[in-house]
Amino acid sequence: MIDQRRRGFLKGVLGAGVASFALGSGIIPLRAEAANAPDTSGWPKKAFNTPGVDETIAELYGMDAAESDKISLDLPTIAQNGAVVPVTVETTLPNVTGIALLVEKNPNALAASFDITEGALPFVSNRLKMAETTDVVAVVISDGKAYKATKNVKVTVGGCGG
Amino acid sequence: MASSIRVRAVENGGVTSLKALVRHPMDSGFVKDSAGNVIPAHFIQLLTITHNGKDVFVANWGPAVSKDPFLECRFKGAKKGDKLTISWTDNKGESDSTTATIA
Repeated sequence: MIDQRRRGFLKGVLGAGVASFALGSGIIPLRAEAANAPDTSGWPKKAFNTPGVDETIAELYGMDAAESDKISLDLPTIAQNGAVVPVTVETTLPNVTGIALLVEKNPNALAASFDITEGALPFVSNRLKMAETTDVVAVVISDGKAYKATKNVKVTVGGCGG
Repeated sequence: MASSIRVRAVENGGVTSLKALVRHPMDSGFVKDSAGNVIPAHFIQLLTITHNGKDVFVANWGPAVSKDPFLECRFKGAKKGDKLTISWTDNKGESDSTTATIA
């Protein structure tokens, strides 16, 4: 009689213990965190490893870009420190779906590419590293076509040699 | 630990302007340390800005983005008081995210 009650009590304690361990150990919160982290599988690895501006545009968007005066590319004419060069791109082109920033003389030209969704305005500001005096190219995808604007920056101290 | 992301989002005339500053080394893999050893590449690959469960802005970054990257972007369709989530993942699989309220 006493023994049986003791068994029942132990079973109850053990059962509750396992359940509370599962909740308390953070198994569920860990899963939520993993789902929250952006998935890098769509990252255009090949385009980021391509030297040369035109090759990179072809690799990234599968087409050549035409020159456009509707892209405003704002960056300093002389950058004292190549490690931090502020670059701002804005365009009046319609239906923009993507913006990319390329630095011609970097080992790999592509610095960043941005997906512009329906609600976002075609504007982006970012800071880039550049090794030496170089052309910076902004590519804008508008109505499914690629357009580009180029501007030269004089770099007095390179940002890639350390 | 404090979040690696600092965000300021301001809504004005229907357009939300967002400025984000992320603390990250952004090592390119081309730089050598004082002993001549190459510092392995360590940089943010993907940064997303989410509003109401929808990605409004996605940045694919390469190693040429500066250390402690700064990003500014603008978008429509959000109101004051709305929550934005900013998340990043780097090439070593590390990630962080933070939530900001539009002012």
